[in-house]
Amino acid sequence: MAYVAVKGGERAIDAAHTWLADARRGDRSVPELGTAQIEEQLGRAVDRVMAEGSLYDPGLAALAIKQAQGDLVEAAFLVRAFRTTLPRLGASQPVETARMAITRRISAIFKDLPGGQVLGPTYDYSHRLLDFALEGSEPPDAKQARPDAEPAPHVHAFLGGEGLLEPDEPQVADPPDLTRQPLRFPADRALRLQALARGDEGFLLGLGYSTQRGYGGTHPFAGEIRVGEVEVEIVPPELGFPVSIADLTLTECQMVNQFKGSKTVPPQFTRGYGLAFGHSERKAMAMALVDRALRAAELGEETGAPAQDVEFVLYHSDNVEATGFVEHLKLPHYVDFQSELEAVRRMRAAAASSLATAGSGEGWGEVGDSRKTEPAK
Amino acid sequence: MNGYNFAYLDEQTKRMIRRALLKAVAIPGHQVPFGSREMPMPYGWGTGGIQITASVLGPADVLKVIDQGADDTTNAVSIRRFFARTAGVRTTTRTAEATVIQTRHRIPETKLREDQILVYQVPQPEPLWRLVPSRAETRRMHALAEYGVMHVRLYEDIARLGQVAISYDYPVMVNGRYLMSPSPIPAFDNPKMHRMAALQLFGAGREKRIYAVPPYTEVRSLDFDDHPFRPARAPQACILCGATDSYLDEVVTDDRGGRMFVCSDTDYCAGRRAAA
Repeated sequence: MAYVAVKGGERAIDAAHTWLADARRGDRSVPELGTAQIEEQLGRAVDRVMAEGSLYDPGLAALAIKQAQGDLVEAAFLVRAFRTTLPRLGASQPVETARMAITRRISAIFKDLPGGQVLGPTYDYSHRLLDFALEGSEPPDAKQARPDAEPAPHVHAFLGGEGLLEPDEPQVADPPDLTRQPLRFPADRALRLQALARGDEGFLLGLGYSTQRGYGGTHPFAGEIRVGEVEVEIVPPELGFPVSIADLTLTECQMVNQFKGSKTVPPQFTRGYGLAFGHSERKAMAMALVDRALRAAELGEETGAPAQDVEFVLYHSDNVEATGFVEHLKLPHYVDFQSELEAVRRMRAAAASSLATAGSGEGWGEVGDSRKTEPAK
Repeated sequence: MNGYNFAYLDEQTKRMIRRALLKAVAIPGHQVPFGSREMPMPYGWGTGGIQITASVLGPADVLKVIDQGADDTTNAVSIRRFFARTAGVRTTTRTAEATVIQTRHRIPETKLREDQILVYQVPQPEPLWRLVPSRAETRRMHALAEYGVMHVRLYEDIARLGQVAISYDYPVMVNGRYLMSPSPIPAFDNPKMHRMAALQLFGAGREKRIYAVPPYTEVRSLDFDDHPFRPARAPQACILCGATDSYLDEVVTDDRGGRMFVCSDTDYCAGRRAAA
């Protein structure tokens, strides 16, 4: 009875935590998992936790995954809770994804293009057959498979020339910061993208998928997906020129979407944008679909589908908020419930007496409900 | 491959799919629901086509797989390898040599014959999906042949833009009865479906639907008397083989607007160059 909230709650919590730590460790005859192993060998999980935890630190993400027993939403939560304690020293320059050191870069809209199609380390064309040889065998070294550092300009640079593609939006000098200010509506695109970038991969995946099945169609093409390292630069005020402080692995997706034009804009292609920490293609692609769907109103398109509703999407995409509130239903609610009990009993009594005075033999009391006669305590 | 049946699927599953295929052939253009299986490739990557191919393939068949018209595109390579591995069938890139051709987004330029089967990978079998997202409702509309919404959609395009703005997955009427998605082939390819000698099978794995166009069946692209259907291609010649009758890919050659145009059907292009 670890749940009883009357007395002994403190001891129960301590005991639960001890039990949890023991369960986390599992069978002591199996070697303990190191965070370095998680970081190196469960890289996609680390990337997801960094993206949804909004903190680029593979080591901390690996620790969070270990601590959360592989529950990635819980791990993202741990990372967010740590992130909130960090001081903000400054803002970086925008990262230049056009100058990314590419490990993977594909375009679905051109057969070939400058910079080439680079498959990189992908599951895309693997056959999903469980590989029983994976247990206890070393794969060959693939270092030589790294592509040459041929510059790979963004694919939208090729379409922009003819005016076929909407131009880049002007850079916002001082973008809003979702982590410091509350979400406000109407939310501009910079704010929406921030929210989507830390949004739950599964939620965005479902929403993005819904746009492909008729609930707010966006006519998407994967213009380009690129994965690789970018440099983060800051301009210290005392120096006045950019200094490189870190390298990040990012996944960027540019969806190219058909647009029929409006009274003021001729038909052209529009864009949906996705960006995620690490190698997170599913997330970046889903984000790009949802970003484009959220632009429906400003582009004068028909709206009404879930993925086009800015408030609906942004308020519900954060899995730390969502899991907190869904799971809070586990907390004791007996005071509220008691008041509901009394209210329902009162209403039932009133309904029963009005039925009785109306002389009707049929009513709610006739369906074999023995509780109706019990006096309220 | 050890531990798996010929062409991956077990015979009971193949039988279920073949029964759906027979029904589909009997009612041209009608979407037949089927018990689509999890395949070792992701949904949306051709699982419907793969299940059909697995069900019609025999040891003597010769398989060709294309994506965007080409045999060397990554997903085509992956699917061809899959059948080479699980069925051990002979594969080819030559359209004329193949008995079964699985395709994504194109119909080969070379005219197909009665002894060939063309298997299409279909992402969205429901032609009305952009207009009416509920599949319960669209099923009813098909039953009543109630296709006015699609004509209205075409009319709205013409009224607003002077032309129909659908350039691929252009809806067709099959056998004068069912509105059908031709899969996302360019509208340029639509006329090839009309009275084609080969059997055309369509598989949508994620949406769990199979449909078919039997040989020599009427397939008409939807249009109006005063706005007839017009298939389009880039107004260029292939830079490799000089073809002016084939569908062309636009290849970007630099970031200063450089372009070249080449046949999307790599076998057709190679054949023309070999003959020249």
